[in-house]
Amino acid sequence: MSLVLVEWSLMIAQILLGVAMLVTVYRMVIGPRAQDRVLALDAFYVVGMLMLLTVGIRVGTPLFFEVSLIIGVLGFVSTAALGKFLMRGEVIE
Amino acid sequence: MTDIPLWAAIIFAFLVVSGAGLTLMGCIGLARFDTFYARVHAPTLGTSYGLVSMALASALYFTLIGGRPVFHEIVIVVFVTVTTPVTLMTLARAALHRDRSEGKPGIPLPAPRSSVNPAPETQ
Repeated sequence: MSLVLVEWSLMIAQILLGVAMLVTVYRMVIGPRAQDRVLALDAFYVVGMLMLLTVGIRVGTPLFFEVSLIIGVLGFVSTAALGKFLMRGEVIE
Repeated sequence: MTDIPLWAAIIFAFLVVSGAGLTLMGCIGLARFDTFYARVHAPTLGTSYGLVSMALASALYFTLIGGRPVFHEIVIVVFVTVTTPVTLMTLARAALHRDRSEGKPGIPLPAPRSSVNPAPETQ
């Protein structure tokens, strides 16, 4: 009973997160300016991190926790660098 | 997959589904809001509520199937909570700078320096 509940809730959560990924990709494609695309990329990183957490729960190994931590770090660095680039025109001055 | 008690499964299902649903709500807000400055606020729903409830669900599940307390998801929560305001402030300042330099209407001018941080009298 509880196993069924866990598996179905994980499946519903993964479907919802997949739809969220599609919505952010839509904003990334139509985004009128560069900062909208960067913001959508940041949201995409966050949703991908949550998706890997659910995959880790489903598989049952704590390995995916480290993968999602790395994705969080990469999302922070890439969004900060792109914001700096939009502000100044170069990343490192 | 090993079995967990029913009360834990109910809490787990609520946390997982509500976290994913709040993240989806934030992304729909990102797609639907009109201006960039409104859109900046929407995805933070995923980085606050979505991430916290998903990390709590993961900690609950691995604690129950492992038989020992597992709380390493706290690391992700702390890291994302610290870094999200930094990135979004950088991005919003960059957008404000770009809109000001293009002279778009409706963008507030930079505050005059004397009203924010009065210069000391030098005489």
